[in-house]
Amino acid sequence: MDLDYFKNFFIKQVEDFGRSIIESIAGLGNMFLFTARFFYWSVRPPFRFKLLFEQLFFIGNKSIAIITLSGMFTGMVMATQTYFGFKLINVDSLVGVIVALGMAKELAPVLTGLIVAGRAGSAMAAQIGSMKVTEQIDALEVMGINSIQYLAVPRIIASTLALPMLSVVFLFVGNLGSYWVGTKSLLIDEAIFFSKLSEFMNVEDLFQGIIKAFVFGFVISIIGTYFGFQVEKGAVGVGRGTNLAVIWGMISVLILDYFLTIYLVRIL
Amino acid sequence: MQFENPAISLKNVTKKFGEHTILNDLSFDIARNSITTILGFSGAGKSTLLKHVLGILSPTSGTIEVLGKDLSTLDKVELREFRRNFGMLFQYAALFDSFTAEENVAFPLTEFTQFSKEEIHQQVTDLLVSVGIKLESFKKLPSELSGGMRKRVGLARALALNPHIMLYDEPTTGLDPITTKMVNNLIVDTAEKNKDREMTSVIISHDVKATLEISDYVAFLDRGTIVEYLPVDEFKNSKNPLIQEFLKL
Repeated sequence: MDLDYFKNFFIKQVEDFGRSIIESIAGLGNMFLFTARFFYWSVRPPFRFKLLFEQLFFIGNKSIAIITLSGMFTGMVMATQTYFGFKLINVDSLVGVIVALGMAKELAPVLTGLIVAGRAGSAMAAQIGSMKVTEQIDALEVMGINSIQYLAVPRIIASTLALPMLSVVFLFVGNLGSYWVGTKSLLIDEAIFFSKLSEFMNVEDLFQGIIKAFVFGFVISIIGTYFGFQVEKGAVGVGRGTNLAVIWGMISVLILDYFLTIYLVRIL
Repeated sequence: MQFENPAISLKNVTKKFGEHTILNDLSFDIARNSITTILGFSGAGKSTLLKHVLGILSPTSGTIEVLGKDLSTLDKVELREFRRNFGMLFQYAALFDSFTAEENVAFPLTEFTQFSKEEIHQQVTDLLVSVGIKLESFKKLPSELSGGMRKRVGLARALALNPHIMLYDEPTTGLDPITTKMVNNLIVDTAEKNKDREMTSVIISHDVKATLEISDYVAFLDRGTIVEYLPVDEFKNSKNPLIQEFLKL
């Protein structure tokens, strides 16, 4: 009796595990198909520039406040922490450039990606998901309008363009924070601060961050819109879709960051 | 039932999802310029049938002709363009919730016509007035409109491109009796007003009372098969036990 119970329990666990793997692979395949559809529809008229600018405004302009705030404090914290570490080995003059390099290559694109995944990725999934459960997407299709072209294409292009710009804003503001804390609070000499920056900082370092942000912007919006279109079963489904969009958006940023870093340090 | 030059013609249409047969060897016509209701219990295959007529789903076997065109011969782009022959009123109107009533009705006109802003504004006003929406509600968002008003706006949007076939998906579900009567009158009025264009109305419903009041023909769908399809007066007197049971509800 007990043996049967444990046997069945074990079989069920294996079945559930196997099913979740199959579902994950199927989901990944569906997402690739969705991405292929995006490319197919993004180059076909009509080109809805008004929708694109609306999305650029939403993802770009409306994220600037949170990006500025996050960038400023990240720069300030980074400068403070780096200073106290570097002070021990008398290289505190390198605080500015270390913060700038870290921000340009990693923190600016990654943190901007995480913020946009939380803010805009979730909004994409929620908007498209609620349109799906209220038959608004069906209404578009019945009118002869492709819903991917109308809803996903402007969002994905806008996110891909906006994220590098937001990342540059993050980097700029972060470095301002670092400069302010470094020179005004930690009393690093201003001339040394800037001379080290110009000595060790290259354009390639900026490119690395911008390329990463470009990829993150694309992936976050693909994930956000994909989970929006997958929504089923009313409000619960919208909540689930939004949740998955944020989780997978953030995880993707962190995983991709590693692989992009390996690739970009070799080519740049 | 077979008609000469029908608006919609299904021949041996079967749809299977895996092992489940949703539509089972359906063959029937829908007459032009008529109001035809497809009645049936939930899960009978009504919505699947509607999606086939719109070309959103393809049958596993059989052919569907709409306005004399075999849908299986159209590629995806042609099918999208062909769908402009349809107008559809959804169960809960499916208005775009970020658009006002006016913008919802203007949407198909701005997407598919070359009309100037003034011409579109004039057409939108005419359409909204024709379905009984007052001027002060033109700028309201769907969330600020009652269920009945949303249906009116949805109907105005569906009619914007002068469709040849008007589809109504459960138009009276969830409405109070007065609004139900209003929607029924609206369906009949719309059919009357567009009679000269030979507009065909197809209603998917399980509202027996409304069906008998407004339809010319009634088809009863059960488990993917049409079990009865008659002019409304004959349908009322059908001897089919299933129909008798349904009519008693």
